[in-house]
Amino acid sequence: MAGLSLQNLQKTYGKVEVIKGVNLEIEHGEFVVFVGPSGCGKSTLLRMIAGLEDITGGELSIGGQVVNAMQPRDRGVAMVFQSYALYPHMTVYDNVGFGLRIKKTPKDERDAKIREAARILQMEHLLDRKPAQLSGGQRQRVAIGRAIVRQPEVFLFDEPLSNLDASLRMDMRMEISKLHQDLGATMIYVTHDQVEAMTLADKIVVLNAGVVQQVGSPLELYHRPANLFVAGFIGSPKMNFLDVTIDEIGSGVVTVSGPDMKPVSIPVATDGLKVGAALTLGTRPHQMQAADHGPITATVALVEHLGNETIVSLRLPSGKAIVAALDGDFPVTHGATLHLTPEASKAVLFDAHGTALQVT
Amino acid sequence: MRPKQTKSLQSNTLAGWLMSGPALLLITLFLIVPFLLAFWFSFTNQRLISPNPTQFVGTSNFEQLLGVGTLVLQPEKAEDGSLVVSATGELSYPRVRDFTRNNPDFQHLNGMREWFGWEWGNTKILVLARDLVFMKALTNTLFFVAIVAPLQSIIALLLALMINQKLRGINVFRTVYFMPVVVSIVVVSLLWRFIYDGRSGLLNNLLQFLSFGHFQPVDWLGNPDTAMWAIIVMSIWQAVGFHMVIWLAGLQNIPLTLYEAADIEGASSWQKFRFVTWPGLRNTAVLILVVITMQAFALFSQIDVMTNGGPLDSTQTLVFQAVQRGYEQQNIAGGSAISVLLFLIVLTISLVQRYVTRER
Repeated sequence: MAGLSLQNLQKTYGKVEVIKGVNLEIEHGEFVVFVGPSGCGKSTLLRMIAGLEDITGGELSIGGQVVNAMQPRDRGVAMVFQSYALYPHMTVYDNVGFGLRIKKTPKDERDAKIREAARILQMEHLLDRKPAQLSGGQRQRVAIGRAIVRQPEVFLFDEPLSNLDASLRMDMRMEISKLHQDLGATMIYVTHDQVEAMTLADKIVVLNAGVVQQVGSPLELYHRPANLFVAGFIGSPKMNFLDVTIDEIGSGVVTVSGPDMKPVSIPVATDGLKVGAALTLGTRPHQMQAADHGPITATVALVEHLGNETIVSLRLPSGKAIVAALDGDFPVTHGATLHLTPEASKAVLFDAHGTALQVT
Repeated sequence: MRPKQTKSLQSNTLAGWLMSGPALLLITLFLIVPFLLAFWFSFTNQRLISPNPTQFVGTSNFEQLLGVGTLVLQPEKAEDGSLVVSATGELSYPRVRDFTRNNPDFQHLNGMREWFGWEWGNTKILVLARDLVFMKALTNTLFFVAIVAPLQSIIALLLALMINQKLRGINVFRTVYFMPVVVSIVVVSLLWRFIYDGRSGLLNNLLQFLSFGHFQPVDWLGNPDTAMWAIIVMSIWQAVGFHMVIWLAGLQNIPLTLYEAADIEGASSWQKFRFVTWPGLRNTAVLILVVITMQAFALFSQIDVMTNGGPLDSTQTLVFQAVQRGYEQQNIAGGSAISVLLFLIVLTISLVQRYVTRER
């Protein structure tokens, strides 16, 4: 059983702080995705867990054992790299069996494990080939096979699908998900692609500038983002943000309005709120409806008909842009004026620091 | 628009020929023509300066160079059939010159001299060579190549592995190791002549100092037993930096993630070298082996400056002999024949090396 515990984990390069104190608990068997923009430190954090980067401060435990000073090989982890990192001169068979060969596993046992891994990944017919003779997806399969045969407690994936084309990425995503179900091992997966994060994760860790922004299940992050960064990062198209001020405070509900929006009542915990305070209203494109007397009035700037939905970019009177995802057959033309209603129960209010207000 | 300007240089053949003209002319004049002339001269009796017209002599130059024969000598017997034994208890043998000087029964040995020999019971077997100096040059050169090629490649590889590490001031070491390559070989040879000096040379002084005066000074270049080794050591020192740089380029071409993957799989330093570094250096190794072999066969400057082939022909080499015959003895035909033989030897070895190290 190998859960992970990260306590105030830090990493600095000289004076540059890359990871600024990360606290995180990962249960055994969980699929955790680190997601964030480029340079947020997610790969560094993964490499620290793998043992490829020294830990500057804090404590990392795997399976209840502090592993800060432990060599990568002793940590019971396997890693799949973005560049696959296959040994170019070895056949697939030897690549997959490399770790076992290093560990001096008996030949029969090694052979059985390699063939089992190949069977799981449906690449038995590739075993005699060299990596150069494989396609991107096949190479990634081999890299995953190399991780599987060692039966590690923890799998680490460093942007494994980034080098694949879109359709293949979707297939491999499903395979990794299935693999997680079959093996039941702990998996930590780094990506900058929030779709991968949403589809794969039991638990998403959103990182920005070396700081954990929010930890939670995909839907938690989608519906109740902790701050503006998470709200803007998770969900596609991005959440719309409107500047508003508080007009009136009721019990468990505030009425807000702004230069681009007539008053709307939003359910929220009202403790500490004052009338006149400036807030940011976040509303997702899919949570906006076109309505004759909607509080938001905007001009259509761009229309994308996707069939199942229509993505409309609109310009507000203040010049800001918002996006609404409307019905697939919604009749709308460039330059038209639309009235929109945000779904109040799903809208999120952020205070002046960008932190989301709690909902009662 | 001026269409003439957009015409590509590749389609402008005249400009191309004009630009490559000087180089082509020089290459033809100083490489191709001499190469072809050497082939022709080696079948003639061409002299550097001679009033007699040049004559075609067939393969006699090569026969002269490569002529070898064996002579089996039986111990001399007295008239009663008993072996003649000298006062010191040694057997007496007929003189070699009785067979090689105008002996009508041994025409094929005429003019040959003793090269080496061994004893078989009471019988003496001698190998005779028509051109003893050439044979010594040939064996010396092969010996030099056999020692220098592996030793220089290995030392260069070790240096490259050392300077490939990320250490502070590593560039200082890179520069220091590379410096001898930049210095002219003639200058280096002159300096090393001082180092090897038999009386007050640096090497003798150093060894005496290290052995608290017990070391007896050796005339490194004046002793037939040490002269070739002295040249070998100095030659390796001089050129090792160049090959180190080639190895280094090869090393830096190996992706870092391969080492990281090996780290996670638990490979030791040696295993990483064996399974990642060495296979990754394969092409570099082939290149270095071929280049070093060719350079070693071309050994000349060191000999010319330091020993002139002596003492007792112990440092004669093929190129040195070719130059000596061609210009000092004015025997252009003989020099050319040696050059042609050298060309064939190097070509054969390179082809063999390429076959042995071919991609399988």
